[in-house]
Amino acid sequence: MAPPIAPHTIDLTINGTAHRLDVAPWTTLLDLLREDLKLTGTKKGCDHGQCGACTVLVDGKRVNSCLTLAVMKDGATVTTVEGLARNGQLHPVQEAFIARDAFQCGYCTPGQLCSAVGLMAEGHAHSAEEIRELMSGNLCRCGAYANIVAAVQDALAAQSTQREAAE
Amino acid sequence: MNRFGYTRAGSVAEAIQAFAAHPDARFIAGGTNLVDLMKYDVETPDHLVDITRLPLDQVEDGTDGALRVGALVGNADLAYDRRVQERFPLLASALLAGASPQLRNMATTGGNLLQRTRCHYFYDPATPCNKREPGTGCPAIQGVNRNHAILGTSERCIATHPSDLCVALAALEATVLVTGPNGDRRIPFAEFHRLPDDRPEIDTTLAPGELITAVEIPAADFGAHHTYLKLRDRHSYAFALVSVAAGLAMDGGRIVRARLALGGVAHKPWRDPAAEALLSGQPATDDSFRKAADHLLSGAVPRSGNGFKIALARRAIVRALRQAAAGTPQSQTDKRIQ
Ligand SMILES: Cc1cc2nc3c(=O)[nH]c(=O)nc-3n(C[C@H](O)[C@H](O)[C@H](O)COP(=O)(O)OP(=O)(O)OC[C@H]3O[C@@H](n4cnc5c(N)ncnc54)[C@H](O)[C@@H]3O)c2cc1C
Ligand code: SF4
Ligand code: FES
Ligand code: FES
Repeated sequence: MAPPIAPHTIDLTINGTAHRLDVAPWTTLLDLLREDLKLTGTKKGCDHGQCGACTVLVDGKRVNSCLTLAVMKDGATVTTVEGLARNGQLHPVQEAFIARDAFQCGYCTPGQLCSAVGLMAEGHAHSAEEIRELMSGNLCRCGAYANIVAAVQDALAAQSTQREAAE
Repeated sequence: MNRFGYTRAGSVAEAIQAFAAHPDARFIAGGTNLVDLMKYDVETPDHLVDITRLPLDQVEDGTDGALRVGALVGNADLAYDRRVQERFPLLASALLAGASPQLRNMATTGGNLLQRTRCHYFYDPATPCNKREPGTGCPAIQGVNRNHAILGTSERCIATHPSDLCVALAALEATVLVTGPNGDRRIPFAEFHRLPDDRPEIDTTLAPGELITAVEIPAADFGAHHTYLKLRDRHSYAFALVSVAAGLAMDGGRIVRARLALGGVAHKPWRDPAAEALLSGQPATDDSFRKAADHLLSGAVPRSGNGFKIALARRAIVRALRQAAAGTPQSQTDKRIQ
């Protein structure tokens, strides 16, 4: 029998809090968040990169946490849906999802929200068509797509108004 | 997933050493293909060598307008790189046609080249598969083969290579730079992926333990005369049934030189120099395009479920050449095909 494989110690900043964690190499970031840290906002849909329910932000970029090995992200900053609100204030994307009724069962929503925040930081989506294409990594089985696009459009508009005000 | 050890490599030399120190090691980059396959027990490495901290994440200008793309440059970073957008729009288009924004944030240039087929049988260890377990047979030939190859197949395997990026790199005649225990090599793109023949378990001419360090892309002179046309079961986030990368050097209404590569139809991005030669010196008309398409597909072999790909590919080639000739490349946002 092969010798047992020792866990690796990694540092992660998750939603603003520093964590030192012992992880086995085969632990995905998704399982680490849900099983070990009880951050169950991030959802497991397919576990194979095909649905986007597990989307989180790693160093500000949206990724599929189900295909991410936690051990490889030593030193990274992770934001999950639990970390989007600031000082009790919902993120503008969350506000827009509520205003636009952009969900039904809500299972895909944490992934949609993190994906939308990533999309806004990337800055490549402007029109509804571009939003649709650049949100296509998040499936919604309830088919709330029309309202999701509207919500992201609102959030983008609010973002640019805010930027103009700051200038 | 099986149990495995893990090394985070700090240098290329360290990565190659760590790989050699284990009987069944794999390099891991974005992990979007390897971790997926490990979850199905299709890949069961005893050790992973993490190469993501290696200094191979830069896009650099080479000589004569060439671009040198480090193996760890992300698919999204490459697609939105200003030089790629301006000088290699065909490459940017193919990248943006692939996977999803999240996956493109994770996936790397080197890993994309080495992603494995999406054949359902390959993915399911409960079934035989010559690629996964040599000598067990190919159930796809008599089974579900809608996604499978029509060109260059063998009686051992009819799988396709699923990459979009690679179709563009084939058309652009890129070179793959590798390093390994026996030193450095440069592999022309056409020789990088192989046909299944009697060894379908081997996808490429890369030797075990060799590391891709970069991909070099020579300057392209197509101007606006290029396109990447991808046809699939849904508009986004789906692999190609058929895709076409086309680039034309034009002189007025006449084609000077053509590059044409197909995805979704073979075990490697498919090019046919004779079909391209048929276009040289010809007027950019549907008649010329059809002749090239017919030549390119003359050896196509339909299976029970994928015969439609022959007609689809023929039309896609004509359409792509029309787009390229007109200088109106396919948009990867507005999916209507003009
Ligand atoms: C749901 C889904 C949809 C997708 N859709 C598309 C699509 O439409 N079009 C498309 O083109 N792709 C698509 N992909 C595939 C995706 O593009 C690839 O998985 C990705 O490009 C692989 O890159 P990676 O860095 O994640 O590779 P990894 O998973 O890290 O590695 C893949 C393989 O390459 C090896 N490797 C990695 N880097 C190196 C290197 N530098 N040197 C030597 N070996 C190396 C690894 O050992 C492994 O065997 C999709 C994937 C998923 C999950
Ligand atoms: S087509 Fe190739 S990969 Fe698919 S079952 Fe046959 S041998 Fe395996
Ligand atoms: S759970 Fe990760 S993409 Fe579906
Ligand atoms: S709201 Fe139910 S899956 Fe999207």
